[in-house]
Amino acid sequence: MTSTTAPAAIAASPELPFGTRCAMLLRLLAIQGAWNYETLLGNGIGFCMEPALRRLPGGVHSPEFHAALARESRYFNAHPYLASVAVGALSRAELDGEPPERIERFRTALAGPLGSVGDRLVWAGWLPFCSLASLALFGLGASTLTVIAVFLVMYNVGHLALRIWGLNTGWNHGLRVATALGNPVLRRGPQQIGRAAALATGIAIPLALGRVIGSSRSFMGGVLVAVALGSFVIVRLQGRIEGWRLSLIVLAALVLISVIR
Amino acid sequence: MIALDVVPVALLGGVLGLDVVSFPQAMISRPLVAATLGGALIGRPSSGLLLGAALELIALETLPFGASRYPEWGSASVVGGVIFASHPEAAQGAAMTMGMVSALATTLVGGWTMVKLRQLNAVWARKRRAGLEAGSRGTVIELQLMGMTADFVRGAALTAIAFLLLMPIATACVAIWSTDLRLSRAIVVATAASVAGGAAWKLFHSTAGARLFFVGGLALGLFMLFAT
Repeated sequence: MTSTTAPAAIAASPELPFGTRCAMLLRLLAIQGAWNYETLLGNGIGFCMEPALRRLPGGVHSPEFHAALARESRYFNAHPYLASVAVGALSRAELDGEPPERIERFRTALAGPLGSVGDRLVWAGWLPFCSLASLALFGLGASTLTVIAVFLVMYNVGHLALRIWGLNTGWNHGLRVATALGNPVLRRGPQQIGRAAALATGIAIPLALGRVIGSSRSFMGGVLVAVALGSFVIVRLQGRIEGWRLSLIVLAALVLISVIR
Repeated sequence: MIALDVVPVALLGGVLGLDVVSFPQAMISRPLVAATLGGALIGRPSSGLLLGAALELIALETLPFGASRYPEWGSASVVGGVIFASHPEAAQGAAMTMGMVSALATTLVGGWTMVKLRQLNAVWARKRRAGLEAGSRGTVIELQLMGMTADFVRGAALTAIAFLLLMPIATACVAIWSTDLRLSRAIVVATAASVAGGAAWKLFHSTAGARLFFVGGLALGLFMLFAT
């Protein structure tokens, strides 16, 4: 992922030791460990920033450390992967000694964009794309190991790259990180990945159907018509009942018919 | 079914339940992977993959957006994968239906347990408010570790209970199954693909050009299906 950083801003970045960076990255994987409906990601943000905050003058026993950790563990919401941008930027702001009011305002402003961009890029784009591409491979007859390995490797290359990029970008830009959110991958990525995922959907559904049905190909024409009708019904019922609940009802009815008859 | 059979299934369900939200969200909890691992426990990963693929089509509809409430697929897919893979291939249509129903029922309860866990996390955070406001390092780390441990226990307990309850029911139903097995399998997969079709429309209909890409992909997919 390319950064749109002004070179001066990067040049001025203080060094964040490799060990501290690794500790933060590892903790980022557990950022949602204490997720709750009151502070959402808040405690996780404090948890991830803690290794960096230890570098405040006076270390973990200083009033500055306690004040910063208390501030950063309050309510926060963002996409879990892009929260790394906030963790990096807020750590830099705290270690640079920015005024607490400025940090609070920045924290509030950052949450929204990191949530919406992450949702569109990852949950509505990258995850369905990787899943559907793997389903297409499955439909083409790939081995179990190949299907699983392709899915996990492809997905996690993007996942980890996003977390690492976010932490580095946040740290390098500090309170000016908003400029980095104009990165082409974040701006145009969701649309491009959306198109690729739509293509993968079209390829994957019939192929996956074919492999699961297996030798019962005589049903294929009827199944394809049923799928088209079923999809139409599910789209029409959107907002009233979710498709997976409807599936449970349909399949439970099939079980009842099959065991009572 | 002896208790020892449940232990590896429950442990796998715990680990994959943890992956859904708490740690590390590497998507080993997606049905495609989780059901395959469940099948691998029985020595039949390819059977697990078959059920995982059908479940994955359904799971495309429920992606973990923000603070929304969504089903928990990790533990549920392990239950479904193990149940499906435990039955002989000759009864695949019936076993697949029972595996799917078991997984979907478990995911329904799993989503509810996740909501309860999040409420519990809030209670724990409230009780430790003084420590949090004082910026106590111990409190912040303790909350995180408690949340993750509870999530693992939640996933493991859910998997164990669902497996112990649903496995005998599935076995009994498969034994007296009367619907044609090929038709059963076709109904399962058509239902799953219908949900995937609806989910795809929901995800991509607002993306410029996506419909064209979908139609192109569909033409290619159908060509490959009937050409092979």
